[in-house]
Amino acid sequence: MKSKRGKNGFIAVCILPSVILFIIFMLIPTVNVFKMSMYKWGGFSNNKTFVGMNNFKILFQDDKFYRSFQNSILLIVLVTIVTMAFALIFAAILSREKIKGQNFFRIIFYIPNILSVVVISAIFSAIYDPNQGLLNSILSVFRAKDAAPILWLGNQRLVVYSLVIAMVWQAIGYYMVMYMASMAGVPESLYESANLEGAGKIYQFFHITLPLIWTNVRTTLTFFIISTINLSFLFVQAMTSGKPDGASEVFLSYMYGQAYTNSSYGYGMAIGVVVFLFSFGLAGLVNLVTKREPLEF
Amino acid sequence: MDKTSRRLYKLFIYVALLALAVSIIVPVGWVFLASIKENSEFYGNPWAMPKGVYIQNFIDAFAEARMGDYFMNSVIVTALALLLLLVLALPAAYVLARYRFPGSKLCNIMFMGGLFINVNYIVVPIFLMFVDGDRWLNQVIGKGFFLNNLFIVALVYASTALPFTIYLLSGFFITIPKDYEEAAFVDGCGYWRTMIQVMMPMARPSIITVILFNFLSFWNEYIISMTLLTGEEQTLPVGLMRLMQAQQAAANYGRLYAGLVIVMLPVLILYICVQKKLTEGMSLGGLKG
Repeated sequence: MKSKRGKNGFIAVCILPSVILFIIFMLIPTVNVFKMSMYKWGGFSNNKTFVGMNNFKILFQDDKFYRSFQNSILLIVLVTIVTMAFALIFAAILSREKIKGQNFFRIIFYIPNILSVVVISAIFSAIYDPNQGLLNSILSVFRAKDAAPILWLGNQRLVVYSLVIAMVWQAIGYYMVMYMASMAGVPESLYESANLEGAGKIYQFFHITLPLIWTNVRTTLTFFIISTINLSFLFVQAMTSGKPDGASEVFLSYMYGQAYTNSSYGYGMAIGVVVFLFSFGLAGLVNLVTKREPLEF
Repeated sequence: MDKTSRRLYKLFIYVALLALAVSIIVPVGWVFLASIKENSEFYGNPWAMPKGVYIQNFIDAFAEARMGDYFMNSVIVTALALLLLLVLALPAAYVLARYRFPGSKLCNIMFMGGLFINVNYIVVPIFLMFVDGDRWLNQVIGKGFFLNNLFIVALVYASTALPFTIYLLSGFFITIPKDYEEAAFVDGCGYWRTMIQVMMPMARPSIITVILFNFLSFWNEYIISMTLLTGEEQTLPVGLMRLMQAQQAAANYGRLYAGLVIVMLPVLILYICVQKKLTEGMSLGGLKG
């Protein structure tokens, strides 16, 4: 057998670089997020004063934080429901029906997912442009000739919904491919016997397909929560930067704005801690609520 | 179902599929067309076809808006980060999948936990760490090193991609029967040769998946590079963001769309070549930042 020392050396050389980099660039910064959230620390001067829970107290009286909270919840709920519905329907169609050009559709639907969020933001900024935008030019057919252009990204009430559309557009293909993969595992015989019994397509979808891929759907719910929080930050940063007047601010864009742009590091990190805990709490809760006995097939 | 209702159902399905396809093809195609329009063509009907091929947009974007430089920066950062990632993650994943040693359990838990840490949360602490490092270096050798350094950006990319990559690769190594290694040991291969010449070639499909996914995420990433590159040098997506902001001030539409095409095109070409692998790999990984 090989010598023990040679084996240990081999293991150490293989694993240590990764472990060290992980500790430096992920573990320590994560610990720092929690630590810094208890300090009042502004600007590049090294004046850190320990304030305990004070940052959190300020946070819970911060109207702007509540606004970002509201927007984030709205985005999570809407993006999840709309994307999931579309992704499930299209996945069912593409995997259950005999469609001409099935491959073509699958390839096209996945494209938004590979594009950079900056690219998607630029495309949607062009679509939403009040004067030369595609959306307003389509709508102008139905509206009065001299009607004022709709400010999709400039209207405080519309801006969040404009973000929802862009995010759904981006996400449908990804989740569709994922659902398709698990629908491929549902045995054909179930559908055959359902057809013999005369069950309709919609009935089959709700009573065969959905229950059998439920584990997968549950997993994606967690993805939806976590990725919507993250992606909404990327979209807001590239598309609106929180404009108009903070109406499109979301969790992490508010955190980034406070911590990086505004240099209130301590306060920014306190926001980070709250969002972090909130997202895991929500994911855990959703996981609990959607629990069903797994079906075997 | 009778014949008419079945027909209607089929029609409905095709209409739905085509509607979604159009909603994706039209905006993307429109960007390509807009990138060859002259600036004056942007005032008026946005649906008008370009009058000719106005290449000047691309020349402007490359030269004046420095998209050419940013392109090179993105290539360097992405390639470097991928290389680092593979050199780091492959041995680590293999060892974690195959060997039990003191602390192996801890390492596994650590990397699993890392799956839940998103860079968006920790980008500011990482930035502050580099600010401190640069301040210290300024006192010692009189110049900073960490901020505005492409290599450091690549290092951060690779490090933050470690948990997912190790998770995916070690999941694959576990499925390979141990007989291969035993045979290699009997034939006199050392640990290193066994890993590099026997195990790694077998892991090729998952290595390709890892490269594809991380290429896309590194190429498209912009929060880290926006934060850590504060000076003139930028990566492509951040350069594009600057173009977007510049366009709002001085309406230079053509240049913006040319920039968009420059960012999109490599990804689209790659996607068309490997789309099958990509969507297959998804069911293997099934996780996303």
